[in-house]
Amino acid sequence: MLEIRDLHATVDGNEILRGIGLKVRAGEVHAIMGPNGSGKSTLSKVVAGHPAYEVTGGEVLFEGKDLLELDPDERARAGIFLAFQYPVEVPGVSNAQFLRLAYNEKMKHTGDEELDPLEFKDLLAERAKIVEMDPGLMSRSVNEGFSGGEKKRNEILQMAVLQPKLAMLDETDSGLDIDALRIVAEGVNKLKSPDKAIVLVTHYQRILNYIVPDFVHVLYKGRIVRSGGKELALELEEKGYDWVKELDREAATVGAQ
Amino acid sequence: MSMQVTELKNTFSAAFESLQSGVSNRLPLWVEDLRLRALEHFEAVGFPTTDDEDYKYTNVAPIARGNFQPAAASDASGIIDPAHLEQFIYEEADGRRLVFINGFYDAELSSLDALPAGVIAGNLADALNGDAGTMLKNFLARGAETSGDDAFTALNTAFLASGAFVYVPRNVRVEAPIHLLFVTESAGEAIATFPRVLVIAEPHSEATIIEDHTALVEQASYFSSPVIEIYVDDEARVAHYKVQRESIDALHVARTRVEVGRAGIYDSTTINLGSALARHNINLQLRGEGSETWIDGLFFGEGTQHMDTHSLINHLEPHCTSHQAYKGILNDRARSVFNGRIFVHPGAQKTDAYQSNKNLLLSNEARVDTKPQLEIFADDVKCSHGATVGQLNEEELFYLISRGIHPELARNLLTYGFAEAIVEKIKVASIKRQLDEAILNRLHASLEA
Repeated sequence: MLEIRDLHATVDGNEILRGIGLKVRAGEVHAIMGPNGSGKSTLSKVVAGHPAYEVTGGEVLFEGKDLLELDPDERARAGIFLAFQYPVEVPGVSNAQFLRLAYNEKMKHTGDEELDPLEFKDLLAERAKIVEMDPGLMSRSVNEGFSGGEKKRNEILQMAVLQPKLAMLDETDSGLDIDALRIVAEGVNKLKSPDKAIVLVTHYQRILNYIVPDFVHVLYKGRIVRSGGKELALELEEKGYDWVKELDREAATVGAQ
Repeated sequence: MSMQVTELKNTFSAAFESLQSGVSNRLPLWVEDLRLRALEHFEAVGFPTTDDEDYKYTNVAPIARGNFQPAAASDASGIIDPAHLEQFIYEEADGRRLVFINGFYDAELSSLDALPAGVIAGNLADALNGDAGTMLKNFLARGAETSGDDAFTALNTAFLASGAFVYVPRNVRVEAPIHLLFVTESAGEAIATFPRVLVIAEPHSEATIIEDHTALVEQASYFSSPVIEIYVDDEARVAHYKVQRESIDALHVARTRVEVGRAGIYDSTTINLGSALARHNINLQLRGEGSETWIDGLFFGEGTQHMDTHSLINHLEPHCTSHQAYKGILNDRARSVFNGRIFVHPGAQKTDAYQSNKNLLLSNEARVDTKPQLEIFADDVKCSHGATVGQLNEEELFYLISRGIHPELARNLLTYGFAEAIVEKIKVASIKRQLDEAILNRLHASLEA
């Protein structure tokens, strides 16, 4: 579904991604872990098409097609979704209005039926249950005055509405207490399916107890320094990120030889 | 003094002379005297120039150059087909609608069959000529004596011949809005109109006034200079909507003057959409302890429109609050000026004053000059003010786009969202709906995917 080859990217002229390779197939859950500043969030933002990041090398294929050719809204309509680490507040635009527009843009793209506000209200109420979201929040401005947990749940609600093929969750677990984490994780699990893929970007192993990954990748200084199964996350938790630095030095030594 | 200004004065002075020689619209002597003094005042002060601090950013020379002739009552009577007014109707005000053509009350076009007992709404000239006319002496043009008039307000008074009078007696609540519809029908002539409104809300009374300025022809070029005076007595409550949807080529210089008594509530929302040049002078006097006021506005300029709001909020007594929120959207080469002055007088302790002016620029060539001013002469007050000028937020934009929304629609959605705080506050549903439509029209879009 997603294939990233030797991806290099910069922000404000600083190289953050230094040759990332990653292959994600339908039905898989991948976790990308790494210390702060390793480039985890950058990777998800580059795939989503954030304009602040410049791709300086490599390629990204989505369902065999060049993703980097597409504008961010085209990527979303093609089935890419980014759950933001810091969901943005949008004053004056109601959640329901925003979600219906996004939903209808997608329906138009796929040639499916668009929904009027009343029809969409029903769909939204049903999807809101997935993340135990208060329907009263739907008429409020997007994320405005939402608690940290509500914002993260709202991201998963958007995912539930848009049903993306590839969902990238950027530190969705950060700032959540244990109950909110469980609700969000269960929501994500309900949305898992054999034709969809999930990429979890996370600093901590905690969320992986709920959303079990098929593959874990460790990112450091803009490169994947190790990949493995779910046990890699536990090893990382145990040994800490200093271990990653060692892995990186080893990789550099190998590279030098 | 420049030649042009002298000529302009002569134009208006001559028009004044011919108005005086007419016999049809005589007003009581004290009003005639007031008018004469107003003309003299206008002749003495003359039109402001950009050398005046208050008009530094707003050049009213086009008014001087326009050679506008004051409209006469006879020019417009009977020429309007009521069907043409349909587009301006707010259905909530059915049975409480006063229509004015070029500033003159038109009884035929008005409908006043749904007014509660005791409430008066009608022609100001009739009220002045009526039995209780002399009682209005205390109210009409009171600002001229207490704070001195500017040239435009004086000119309006000098040409007073008709207008709106609304009187809500003690303890009476008018639940539904009263619509004062001022329509200009210039028939291709460069006319000047001087709409005038006097509103008196007695203690414990309640009313909603819609002051509406528009034109039958979208591109008509004329000069409109309305003055509205509102007296909100003790514990009375007045909601005031000003809808400025003049022709796109109109020149509009307006004065709103409001006095609020003890524990009175005044809540105003101004919507500025029309006019090539629109200037709104607001003067709010909080004269009674514990009064509470909202002075909010939204302006949306495009093309080369110039929209200027100058407000003075005078806190004269303790425990009064004033909240002012003005939002502006500017596209193309439009320009706006906001000058908000809050003056807290000695003794006006426990004043709570908040003022903000936020501007959204949709084009690199749009321009904003904003200047909030606080002058505080009491020591136990809570005052804050702020102004922002910015473009659409890139992170908000990306957030919407990242959900598959086309960039143009995302921009419109955010622009609409920017205006929403003011739109949302409007309690008259059809004003809100028409404003929604006007904003969407300006964005050349509907908010449908």
